Amino acid sequence: MRQIARELRQSLSGSLVRIGKYSLFVGRLLSETPRALLRFRLVVEQVYNAGALSLVIIMLSGLFVGMVLGLQGYDLLQRFGSEESLGTAAALGLVKELGPVVTALLFAGRAGTALASELGLMRATDQIAALEMMAVDPVRRVVMPRFLGSVIAMPLLAAIFSMIGIFGAQLVGVQLMGVDPGQFWSQMKGAVEVADVMEGVIKSCVFGVACGAIAVYEGFHAIPTAEGVGRATTRTVVTSSVVVLLLDYMLTAVML
Amino acid sequence: MQSETSPAVGSLVRLRGVRYVIGGRAIFDGLDVDIRRGEVTAVMGPSGTGKTTMLRLITGLVTAERGEVLVDGEEVSRLGRSDLYRLRRRMGMLFQNGALLTDLSVYENVAFPLREHTRLPERLIRPIVLAKLHAVGLRGAESLLPAELSGGMGRRVALARAIVMDPEILIYDEPFVGLDPISMGVVVRLIRELNDTLGLTSIVVSHDVHEIAAVADRAYLLSGGKVVATGSPSELNALDSAEVRQFMQGLPDGPVPFHYPAPDYAAQLFGARR
Repeated sequence: MRQIARELRQSLSGSLVRIGKYSLFVGRLLSETPRALLRFRLVVEQVYNAGALSLVIIMLSGLFVGMVLGLQGYDLLQRFGSEESLGTAAALGLVKELGPVVTALLFAGRAGTALASELGLMRATDQIAALEMMAVDPVRRVVMPRFLGSVIAMPLLAAIFSMIGIFGAQLVGVQLMGVDPGQFWSQMKGAVEVADVMEGVIKSCVFGVACGAIAVYEGFHAIPTAEGVGRATTRTVVTSSVVVLLLDYMLTAVML
Repeated sequence: MQSETSPAVGSLVRLRGVRYVIGGRAIFDGLDVDIRRGEVTAVMGPSGTGKTTMLRLITGLVTAERGEVLVDGEEVSRLGRSDLYRLRRRMGMLFQNGALLTDLSVYENVAFPLREHTRLPERLIRPIVLAKLHAVGLRGAESLLPAELSGGMGRRVALARAIVMDPEILIYDEPFVGLDPISMGVVVRLIRELNDTLGLTSIVVSHDVHEIAAVADRAYLLSGGKVVATGSPSELNALDSAEVRQFMQGLPDGPVPFHYPAPDYAAQLFGARR
C-alpha cells in the first residue's frame, strides 16, 4: 500500500515537473515570436514543410470524412424527414469540430513526428551543439521557425479540410442520395454564422500552438540516441493527440 | 613528471582545481591545465577520461561544480548568454563527426556563421567562403551536400566552417577518429598549418599518440580525472611512469586495467549463486 502511494506520488511529481518544463518552454517560444517573425524567410520554409507537405493527406482525409458525414447525416436526418438540413449539419460539424480536431490529429502524426525526429537527430549528430558553438542560439535559429510554421499552417490546413469535407458531404448527399442542391446550400448559408467559423479558426490556432510546441519540445529535448529520438517521436503523437482532445473539450465548453 | 602549476605568462585558457561530476561519478577532481597562446596543445588520455568534457567546460557548454575555467582571463561559468556567445565567436570548434547542418550545401555550411553574425553582401561572403574551402582543399566540393561527403571531407568542411569567422582559438575534438591514413595526414598538416599561418591557439583532443607527436607543441595526459603528465610529446615518451608508458606504448594492461571491475571469475562461474 505504501509502495503504491509512493509510486503514485513519484509519477505525479514527475508529471508536474514535465508540465512545468513545458510551460517554461512555451513561454520562451512565445517571447521569441516577434523577433522570429522578422526572419520571415525561415518561417515560410517551415510553413511549406509542415503545411504544404501535409496537404495530400489532409485533403484525402477531409474528402472521406465529409463523405461519411454525408452518408451518416443523411441516414439520421431522413428519419426525421429533414434531410434538406444535411448541408447545415455537415458544415457545422466540419467547421466547428471535425475540421480542427482531425486536422490537428493528422498534423501531429505527419508534421509533428517529422519535426520531433528532425530536431532529435540534429541533437544526436551534434548539430545543435555546433550551433551553440557558433554563437547561434538554436532556439532562435532552428526551433522558432518550426514552431511558427506549425502555428501558421494549422488553421490553413483545417480550413482546407473543412472545405473539402463539405464538398465530400455534398458529393454523397446531393449527387448520390438525391438531396435537393438548392436546399443543401441555402440552408447551410442561412444557418452557419461567422461566429461558428471563428470557433473553428480559434480552435485550430490553439491546436497549432499546442502541436507545434509539443513537437519542438520533444525533439529539442530528445535523448541523443536512436532510442531517445524514437521515444520523442512517439511521445509527440501521443501527447499531442491527448492534449488536442482535452483542449477541444475545454474550448467547446467555453465557446458554446 | 613535470608539473605545470605556475601561471604561465602566455596562457590563453586556464583550468584550476576543476571538479566536474556526472551521474554521481567525478570525471575531474582537481584538474589543472594551461593552454599557451600560439601553440598546439594536445589533450590525451584513455577513452572515458573526460577529454571531450574538458572541451565542453572550456566552451561553456557545461559548467564545473568547483574550480576556475578562465578563457583570456574571463571565468566562463559566470558569463551570461550574450557574453558567452561573444566569447564563442572567438572560438572555432571541430566536432568529432563534423556536425555539419545536413540540409545545407557545403558552401552554405561554411557561409552559415557569416550570414548569422554579419550583414556582409553575397559578393563579399563568396570570396571568404571560397578562400576557406580552398585552404582545406575542397573548393571544388562547394555544391555538394553533407550526405555526399566522405568522413574525412566532412571534417575538412567543418574545419573550413570553424575558421570562417577567423577565431583565435581552434578546438578539435578527436579529429583523427575513423580517418584513412591519407585523410589523417591531411588533417595533421592542416592543424599545424592553420595554427601557424592564422596565428591561432589550438587545442587537440585525441588518443592517437603518433599523430599528436607530429603536430603538438605540448601534450597533457589525463587519467583518473587528473593530469598525470605534461610536456612536449618527446618528453612524455621519455618519462618513466607506468601510466604514461602504458598509454604511449599502447600496453593492454597496466595502471589502466584490461578488465572492468568484476567479482572473482572462478567464484562467479562455479559457486556463489545468489
